[in-house]
Amino acid sequence: MRHTISVLVENKFGVLARIAGLFSARGYNIASLAVSETLDPAISYMTIVVEAKDAKILEQIKKQLNKLIDVITITDFTKKEHVDRELVLARVKYSSKDKSKLENVFKKYVGKIIQHKADVAIIEAVGEGVQIKSLLDELSKFEIQELVRTGKLAISN
Amino acid sequence: MKGSEIFLESLKREGVEVMFGYPGGQVLPIFDSLYDSDIKFILTRHEQGAAHAADGYARATGKVGVCLATSGPGATNLVTGIANAYMDSIPMVAITGQVKSFLIGNDAFQEADVTGITRPITKHNYLVKDVKDLARIIREAFYIASTGRPGPVLIDIPSDIQLMDAEFIWPKNVEIRSYNPTLFGHPGQIKKAAKLIAAAKKPIIYAGGGVITSGAHKELKMLAEKINAPLTWTLMGIGAFPATHELSLGMLGMHGTAYANHAIMESDLIIAVGARFDDRVTGRLDAFAPYAKIIHIDVDPSSISKNVNVHIPIVGDAKNILIELLRDIKKVPNTCDWLKTVEGWKKKYPLVYKNDGALKPQYIIEQIYEVTEGDAIITTEVGQNQMWAAQWYKYTAPRTFISSGGLGTMGFGLPAAMGVKIGCPDKTVFDIAGDGSIQMNIQELMTCVANKINVKIAILNNGYLGMVRQWQELFYKRRYSQVDITSPDFVKLAESYGCVGIRVTKKEEVRPALEKAIATDNTVMIDFKVEPEENVFPMVPAGQAINQFIGGLA
Repeated sequence: MRHTISVLVENKFGVLARIAGLFSARGYNIASLAVSETLDPAISYMTIVVEAKDAKILEQIKKQLNKLIDVITITDFTKKEHVDRELVLARVKYSSKDKSKLENVFKKYVGKIIQHKADVAIIEAVGEGVQIKSLLDELSKFEIQELVRTGKLAISN
Repeated sequence: MKGSEIFLESLKREGVEVMFGYPGGQVLPIFDSLYDSDIKFILTRHEQGAAHAADGYARATGKVGVCLATSGPGATNLVTGIANAYMDSIPMVAITGQVKSFLIGNDAFQEADVTGITRPITKHNYLVKDVKDLARIIREAFYIASTGRPGPVLIDIPSDIQLMDAEFIWPKNVEIRSYNPTLFGHPGQIKKAAKLIAAAKKPIIYAGGGVITSGAHKELKMLAEKINAPLTWTLMGIGAFPATHELSLGMLGMHGTAYANHAIMESDLIIAVGARFDDRVTGRLDAFAPYAKIIHIDVDPSSISKNVNVHIPIVGDAKNILIELLRDIKKVPNTCDWLKTVEGWKKKYPLVYKNDGALKPQYIIEQIYEVTEGDAIITTEVGQNQMWAAQWYKYTAPRTFISSGGLGTMGFGLPAAMGVKIGCPDKTVFDIAGDGSIQMNIQELMTCVANKINVKIAILNNGYLGMVRQWQELFYKRRYSQVDITSPDFVKLAESYGCVGIRVTKKEEVRPALEKAIATDNTVMIDFKVEPEENVFPMVPAGQAINQFIGGLA
C-alpha cells in the first residue's frame, strides 16, 4: 500500500543520499520523491510516497528516518487531512485535426497546451492522483513521445 | 590557528587522551601538529586494528574511542571497524584525511568517497568544507557519538583544510535542532509497566547492551531483587548482571543456556532493558515467548516493535527509567513457584561439557576465570571461541566482556584487547581467540610489543574454522568445505614479534601456562591445542523456536 509522508530536512550536502540510502539499505521502496527548498533556505521539504505492505513497516520507515541527524520532522499524511498534487509534462504528436480533440481533453482537467511546433505539442497538467490517472488514460489516444511527472507534492491543511 | 591545530585542540577539549591510527599523505598536517601534542598516539600496523582498538577502548572505559587514518585505502581499511562499532552502538569518532577540497571528485590519488561509503554504517558523518566549521563539527561529532543510542561518527577532513588558518572558537553548547534523544521515560508508561509487573506470575528480565551503555547495572540488580525475577542477558548484555547471582540464568538465544531459553519461552512477562530482540535471541519469531506480555525499555524508538510486538514501550535512558520504575513498583509479584520451576530447569538442563582427559576449550575458559579470580577483562574473536568465552567465564561487572556482537567480526579481539589495556592499564586483559580469527589481525602483535601493551592471548587452536565446521557437521552432512585452516607455529611467531609464546597440549599444563602468562611482563600468546571437533552446545538451529535444542543435555 502507498503512503504519503513529508520530511523536513536540513538543506545540506548529502541529505538526499542519506534518505535514499536508508530506503535501499533497509529494503523499503520509494514510489515517488519530490524535493525542494522551503521559505527557509536552510531547510528542504521532501514529499515521499512509500510502498509499505503493513502499518509496522510504515512505522519503521518513519522511525528510521527520524534517526537521521539531518531529519527535522516527519508528517504522515495517511490519516491526516492534506492536499496533494502532481505535475505532468508531455510531448504529444498531433496533427491539426487533433488540435480540438486535445483541447477538449483539457476542458475536464487543469492543464493546457503550453507550446506547439509543427506536429508536436507540449502539454502540462496538474491534479491529484486519480485525476492524473484518468488524464493519462485519455492521453493514451494520442501519440505520446515522452511523459514526465514530478511525483506527488503534499501539504497539510 | 591552522586546521590541524584546531583539530587537536578540539580533541583536547573533548578530553581525548589517546588516539589509534596510521599516518598517510592526506593527514600529514595533522601528524605534523601531533608531533607537539600531548595526546597519546598508538601507531597500529593496520587501520582496521586502529578502529577495533578505539572500539575496545570505548567499550572498556565508556569514553569515546578515536581513530585516525589517511584518505582512500586508509579510510576504507577503517570501514569494518566502523561497521562493527555501529552494530554494537559503540561511541567512536573516526577521522579520515581526504584529498584537497578542489580535487574531490577528480579520482585523485588515494581518493575515495568516504562519507558516501560510511553513510550506512555511521550514526552521522561529515565532510569538512570550511576550516571555520571544524571545531563545531568535532564538538557535534563527540556529542552525537556519545548520546542517545551511541554510535560511530566519521569526520572527513581534506588536507588543504588542515592547513588553512582560522580563529579557534570552541562552541559553548551543541545545538542540533533535529537531534534530541529522549532521556526520560514517559511517566504514564512507567506506571503501566509497574502495574503489569505487580500482576505477573512468571516475569523474566531480559537485559542487553543498553544496560551497560547507560550504566544501569545497579538499578537492574535492584529491580531483579525487588521483584524476585530471574534474569537473562544477551551477548552484549554480559556483565550487566553478576553471573554468580542466584537470579542469574546466563545468556539466552542460539547458544544460550537451556534454562534461560525455557524460562523466557514460558514466561508471562518479559521486561526487556536495552536489548533489541535480535534473531540470534528470538529464534523463530512467531514461536517466541507465546504467553508473554512485553515491556520494552530502549533509548532507540526504532528498536521497539521492530521484531516483536511490544505491549508497553518505554523510550528513554535505561538508568533513568529503572530509577522511576523502582519508585513506581508498589506491589511486587509472588514469584516463588516460578523460581522453583526455573530452578528445576537449571537442575535438569545444566550447562555442561564432557570434561574428560582431553584438552577442552571450555576447561581453558573456566581456568582463565579461576586464575584471574574473575577480575580480568575478556575480549573475544568471533566463532566458537566467542561462545565458549560467553558461556564458561562468570562475568560479574559491566565492561568486562568485550566482543563483536552485531557484526560478528573475526579479527576483533586482539586489537580490541589493545584498546582495553590502554584504557584499563591495571587490569589483566585476555583475548580469547581461535586459530582462524587470530590470523586476521595478527599484525597487531607488533603494536602490543612496540607500545608495551601487555595483553594475553589464549588461542583455542583446533585447526578448524570451528563454528563453520560445526554448522557443516550438523547441517551439511559433515561435508567439511574450506574449514581446515593451517596456522604458523604460534610460539615461534610470538617470539619473532618479541613477545612470549607458550604451547599447551595437555590439560595439566593449562593452569601453569596461565599463571606464567599473567606473571610475565610482556604480551603472551598461548597456543592451546584443543580437541579439534568440540562443538558449542546447547545450540538452537537457525530458524527454530529457542526451546528446540540440539546437542548438550537439553
